[in-house]
Amino acid sequence: METVVKRLGVWACVLMASIAAIALTPDSGFAIHMGIVGLVAVILVVATATSYDPMARVQGIFRMPPGPSRYDDDPIRWGVIATMFWGIAGLLAGVFIAAQMAFPELNIEPYLNFGRLRPLHTSAVIFAFGGNALLATSFYVVQRTCRTTLALPGLARFVFWGYQLFIVLAATGYLLGISQGKEYAEPEWYVDLWLTIVWVAYLAVFVATILNRREPHIYVANWFYLAFILTVAMLHLVNNLAMPVSLLGAKSYSAFAGVQDALTQWWYGHNAVGFFLTAGFLAMMYYFVPKQAGRPVYSYRLSIIHFWSLIFLYIWAGPHHLHYTALPDWAQTLGMVFSVMLWMPSWGGMINGLMTLNGAWDKVRTDPIIRMMVLALAFYGMSTFEGPMLSIKAVNSLSHYTDWTIGHVHSGALGWNGMITFACVYYLTPRLWNRERLYSLRMINWHFWLATLGIVFYAASMWVAGITQGLMWREYGADGYLVNSFVDTVAALHPMYVLRMGGGLMYLTGALIMAFNIAMTIAGKLRVEAPMGETAHDEAADRPLPPLTAEPAE
Amino acid sequence: MTNKRIDEPTGTEFVGHEWDGIEELNTPLPRWWLYTFYATIIFAIVYVVLYPAWPMIDRATAGTLGWSSRGDLAAEMRAADAARAGVVAKIAATPIEQLPSDPQLMQAAVAGGAAAFKVNCVQCHGAGAAGSPGYPNLNDDDWLWGGTLTQIEYTLTHGIRWDAAAETRSNFMPAFQGSFDAGQVSALTGHVLSLSGKAKPNATGAQMFADNCAACHGSGGEGLPAMGGPALNDAIWLYGGSAADIGKQILAPRHGVMPAWQGRLDPVTIKMLAAYVHSRGGGQDPAPAAPATQAPQIAAK
Repeated sequence: METVVKRLGVWACVLMASIAAIALTPDSGFAIHMGIVGLVAVILVVATATSYDPMARVQGIFRMPPGPSRYDDDPIRWGVIATMFWGIAGLLAGVFIAAQMAFPELNIEPYLNFGRLRPLHTSAVIFAFGGNALLATSFYVVQRTCRTTLALPGLARFVFWGYQLFIVLAATGYLLGISQGKEYAEPEWYVDLWLTIVWVAYLAVFVATILNRREPHIYVANWFYLAFILTVAMLHLVNNLAMPVSLLGAKSYSAFAGVQDALTQWWYGHNAVGFFLTAGFLAMMYYFVPKQAGRPVYSYRLSIIHFWSLIFLYIWAGPHHLHYTALPDWAQTLGMVFSVMLWMPSWGGMINGLMTLNGAWDKVRTDPIIRMMVLALAFYGMSTFEGPMLSIKAVNSLSHYTDWTIGHVHSGALGWNGMITFACVYYLTPRLWNRERLYSLRMINWHFWLATLGIVFYAASMWVAGITQGLMWREYGADGYLVNSFVDTVAALHPMYVLRMGGGLMYLTGALIMAFNIAMTIAGKLRVEAPMGETAHDEAADRPLPPLTAEPAE
Repeated sequence: MTNKRIDEPTGTEFVGHEWDGIEELNTPLPRWWLYTFYATIIFAIVYVVLYPAWPMIDRATAGTLGWSSRGDLAAEMRAADAARAGVVAKIAATPIEQLPSDPQLMQAAVAGGAAAFKVNCVQCHGAGAAGSPGYPNLNDDDWLWGGTLTQIEYTLTHGIRWDAAAETRSNFMPAFQGSFDAGQVSALTGHVLSLSGKAKPNATGAQMFADNCAACHGSGGEGLPAMGGPALNDAIWLYGGSAADIGKQILAPRHGVMPAWQGRLDPVTIKMLAAYVHSRGGGQDPAPAAPATQAPQIAAK
């Protein structure tokens, strides 16, 4: 009873504080954000004070297996659902802004213009879709490779729900026009502070679980997860150093200015790619590819060398985003040479993933999940070759500020991050919900081909668009004058923008097929279809080691 | 290692650890991978020696090639300037009204003007110089301040209503808000529209026009380019040609501003811009009464 009273007191205080903030702030966007916080507090007050348990009710709807599971899998089930939900939302926003690029009439002022929807799209796919995939898989993998349950289970639930609140505040903020104008770090100071609290809790849960491990060694996937969590914490803290104008308003000013601000931002931005979208997703790869293939990891030595060289080299490569700018030449040089050296360490992950299939290559034909993983690794390899190439100054002078960059990040994001996440969710869902198998393995084939074709359309149209743009910008006539105005280049790109939108639409369609497949699997349905290759799941072996008991002294 | 187990399909030794059923092989680093990695490191070292790279106490190492991005840009700009120097000098030496007599030189001037237009003018006048409401179309023969090469060059040099330029072109149509009631505005608007045959003539409007407007717009609304008085007897309207638009302009006229380009652009570029604008289709010859006949006129709006 006492804890109930204490909790009620805390939630009531949060509620009062948010009401006071709404009353006092002159900033309507900030007031709406405090309203969201107040709403969360109201839900928590009601849930604490009455016997009504919204979580149990929703768990019933999602048919989560009841009772204490052997591993602590509830936050992971939530994470899988959140991954699918935010993935669809983010892809939808992406298709819409692609349509805006081709047909500017679609800019609906002010809430749905390109300037506000673009960060909504990037944050939804990177932090909401990718972030939830990383949260869910890291909690799944760390338990199984440490043969222990999650340490600090309450904190793990706080991490999940706190992260969702961060996403909601960030997304609504963009639509309301709240942004600090830093790419991939748009949320304002109070949302940044909240994410810091959530992230430190995440680190605590992850490290405590590793410390509780019942295996003598830490598996390679966990090195990558840990590098991702630690580095993202550091990047987030430094890049978001800012002074709020008022504690009752959204606006803040960055601690950095001018070219220092630009360099800090791209140190952050590049390593968000390096540690969020590369290290974190390599961790997923290192667990789920050998599990699905049923094969040992290709090379332990390679995993050590490429892990440490990747971690060491990535952090210096950011200045390649600022070639031919006010950034001093020496910093541009270092950014470029570190990016070139990054090529092989990045490929180490691809080699270790692909070569793990040695002895099981026939599964590419029979197992649609393995096929998805192989495609993800192929796109990973392609993007991590393209990246160092684009960082070379001579290439960059053509590609910089063009759609080539957009094509590059999407072959990485759609091909690598998207496909590996889809494969992991397909792997996880039947295991997490104790289903015999997925609703349909053949629907994965549809998803696979739609997504692959979508990426091809997207990347190819953006290559053409980017190179066209770069060549048109620098085109000199025989009389020694520039030939094209900027708007000429925009007009020339229109067909490419339409093709890109089509590619995005195909990718979204694939994801919708997946969402249906996952929903039916959770509902416990099985599609009647000719069987396909799948990897057997040993339910009995999927459990932590029993707690240690002290040996009686002889 | 005591348990030297070999993986059957690959013939490689296991490392010996196992996590949740995952094992690792003890495959050595692929040679091609390692040597390519070394090659990129050697490339990096060589590049760092050749180019500005290493931060020292008060400056960075300059690199043995002596390359810098600023120096690189300056060299490229010098080369481009040198390539154009002959033509530019010739244009500078030729009085603007004599440019058309040397078609080759005129063509060079139009090309240079087109490039400068794309950077400096498209923001208001549009990429095709067709203008938009409030921003004049430069493809027609309707000129607010005159359409000869000399007049266009003057407008470009000194701007329109550009306070910072002493010799800027300037005029201000008075606002008739408060002077005319709604009926009078409607009559006057009707007369203005009748000048281009869009409405029936009316005596009240005609009298008002003669009293208030003809001094600048001309008695028949043919305009007075010397004073910047727009022609009202054609189908070309800067702020819209509907009765409502014209009524609004009578009551509270808008006065567009164009910057003076003197000081921002060099005189040769301004001269080339004038040649380009003149060549768009509506350029006028210096002879005062000659109608523009150079090219098919493009109807505006």
